[in-house]
Amino acid sequence: METLQQELPAAEKKETRKVSGSVALLDALIAEGVDTIFGYPGGAIMPIYDALYDYSEQLTHILVRHEQGGIHAGQGYARSSGKVGVVFATSGPGATNLVTGLADAQIDSTPLVCITGQVFAHLLGTDAFQETDVINITTPVTKWNYQVTDATEIPEVLAKAFYIAKSGRPGPVLIDITKNAQLQQFDYEGYIPCSHIRSYRPKPIVRKEYIEQAAALINNAKKPFIIWGQGVLLGRAESEFKALVEKSGIPAAWTIMGAGAIPTDHPQNVGMLGMHGNYGPNVMTNECDVLIAIGMRFDDRVTGRLDKYAKQAQVVHLDIDPAEIDKNVKTTVPVWGDCKETLPLLTRLLEPKQHTGWLARFREFDEQEQEIVINQELHPQSGELTMGEVIYQLNELTKGEAIIVTDVGQHQMVACRYAKFNNTRSNITSGGLGTMGFALPAAIGAKFGARDKTVVAIIGDGGFQMTLQELGTIMQSGIDVKIMILNNRFLGMVRQWQQLFHEKRYSFVNITSPDFVQVAKGYYIDGKSISDRADLAGALQEMLSHKGSFLLEVMVAKENNVFPMVPQGCSVSEIRLK
Amino acid sequence: MTAQDQPFKQEFNITVYTENQIGLLNRIAIIFTRRKINIDSLNTSPSEIESIHRFNIVITETEDVVRKLSRQIEKQVEVLKVYYNTNDEVIWQELALYKVPTDVIAEKASVERLLRENGARAVVIRKDYTVFETTGHREETDALIKVLQPYGLIEFVRSARVAIIKHSDGFNRKIREFERIDPGQEVIENEFLNSREKVFTM
Ligand SMILES: Cc1ncc(C[n+]2csc(CCOP(=O)(O)OP(=O)(O)O)c2C)c(N)n1
Repeated sequence: METLQQELPAAEKKETRKVSGSVALLDALIAEGVDTIFGYPGGAIMPIYDALYDYSEQLTHILVRHEQGGIHAGQGYARSSGKVGVVFATSGPGATNLVTGLADAQIDSTPLVCITGQVFAHLLGTDAFQETDVINITTPVTKWNYQVTDATEIPEVLAKAFYIAKSGRPGPVLIDITKNAQLQQFDYEGYIPCSHIRSYRPKPIVRKEYIEQAAALINNAKKPFIIWGQGVLLGRAESEFKALVEKSGIPAAWTIMGAGAIPTDHPQNVGMLGMHGNYGPNVMTNECDVLIAIGMRFDDRVTGRLDKYAKQAQVVHLDIDPAEIDKNVKTTVPVWGDCKETLPLLTRLLEPKQHTGWLARFREFDEQEQEIVINQELHPQSGELTMGEVIYQLNELTKGEAIIVTDVGQHQMVACRYAKFNNTRSNITSGGLGTMGFALPAAIGAKFGARDKTVVAIIGDGGFQMTLQELGTIMQSGIDVKIMILNNRFLGMVRQWQQLFHEKRYSFVNITSPDFVQVAKGYYIDGKSISDRADLAGALQEMLSHKGSFLLEVMVAKENNVFPMVPQGCSVSEIRLK
Repeated sequence: MTAQDQPFKQEFNITVYTENQIGLLNRIAIIFTRRKINIDSLNTSPSEIESIHRFNIVITETEDVVRKLSRQIEKQVEVLKVYYNTNDEVIWQELALYKVPTDVIAEKASVERLLRENGARAVVIRKDYTVFETTGHREETDALIKVLQPYGLIEFVRSARVAIIKHSDGFNRKIREFERIDPGQEVIENEFLNSREKVFTM
């Protein structure tokens, strides 16, 4: 199979070839370095699938079991690899099944290019079979979307799609291609990547005066505090960030989207922010004198009650997206820009410091949290298994080297709190949207994006049942994903809220499950279920050393709660330890 | 809440320069509807530059909200630039048409006086009805409704607002900067910390 990329001798007349829109599309994917597509075929995308038949050597297509699984896999792939995830779906129901994943990718700034088939252009608006107004449905949940009705548009539109998805603040792009455009033959001149769109300025120009003002604030601070988010990862600025942290000596805490930018064990990493974050970072947010927010967006799960959030502090906010500046928290100094550029400029102006005493205060809070919360969560002497001790034992075996993909609920918060992350891009979770059903397909994608890593999906008994059909994808693709179900026989996080805030009225949170091990077995995936402490370490070891995918169900305490907790409507300093 | 705490809402004129792209109107409109903000008036038209469109949007909101909305609009890929201004900062006009029965008007009113006092002109005069037109501010076009009501006003319609920004020197110079691959000084508007409320990206 020959591809169509051609080096064009500049002076000569451009060589053209007759190709179909579908071939031009696949050629664009190859030119963009795409190696893996997650997809599901159907009537309106059949010409593209027909063309794909001849591209199997260059493009691996993973047949998922549901388009939602496809897009979450695309997200997992993008998050573990740093590349753009690519997803195919057919028109109508295929496209609408993408919506949850688009919303998730939009709010978590995940670069995706989704291709949907659409009915013939002459049928648009006629309520044709499997016609849905995909552009309008997806407008609020895409960074950009576009409907192609003529094949000649495909090279340019695809180039724009990839450029928009990955540049600036990344996000999902959806291209809807009518069937006639997929079939249409046209004179193809080759693929030209996009690097400029006049109405789109993804990279703000860095202003020196802001950097200088920020540096002055930080240098004069007695109690400076860094809080960082996924922006550090998205900007591939982990080493620049580490340099700033280490030179400045400032304690630094993370949002769940930012986990892993510096290792969990880094002496200045003081832990997790937010509703179920660590005690110190939450309390100290309301004690610091300068708050330095880097690539994070002050989500309400991080800030708690806004009018009592860091009111005493001067705020420096580094972000690439100007719409985030002053959106939730008024900044003293805004630093617009790509943190890959702004961080080194700022670091250069910072005085090397230690902040030993200030850092020690975080440790004091940490000791209290250890005593009241963490010890019994990680090292219970008796009773049922806790989620925390499962994660602790997992750490002992993975040593922080695994990619941890979590679903949504109590297990997610416990995993984010206690899992060790030595590396960037190793905590993959649905942060902004909180999408149950995310983890299994995202773990599949994450493994395709990082083949040399161990990928462990940590999922609740509820969330697993939302997308468990993707066991079929694991079976068929043969991908190696470790699946750990923390089964508390409840929709645990909702139950926790009902216990704490609704007088224990457990309204429809009692969930029954099938025999998960048998279910896995039906998909030819080995598994095991344990409930005894004595079996835990051995079972985890078995899961990790098993050749190929493995499902481990751990029966954990039914009614454990995740603490600390900033109750909704409360300030971060009102965080509860029990 | 005392009146003092009440955030001050007023009319803002949002001017949006965009590419001419199908679907963009929806993308912009949902930025308002998502936040349950009513659009008082929306006009789309060509701008001084070929291929660049101009939206004039009027909403009644606090400046803080308007600033955030403007940044969200400017974030859309096909939007080049967003400005927002109070009514004092723009020259604005709305156009209104009034249809009244010709016989009533001819019998009972001094047509000439009506035209003169309200700055109106007759667009069409037929045996059965006459259509008047005025342009002006809301109060002015509203005033003529009251005047014509007693004469059997049959139909009334008012256009969206169009507004020109007083201090603007147009978009011609800016567009050349946007077209450059490496943006130069012209597009950097975020240099003044003190007026950063006014400016968005660059
Ligand atoms: C798609 C979706 N539906 C509903 C919710 C609301 N929700 C958040 S956490 C949760 C409970 C999750 O239960 P489970 O998967 O068993 O995990 P656990 O909290 O017990 O660890 C629910 C229902 C959600 N986040 N996503």
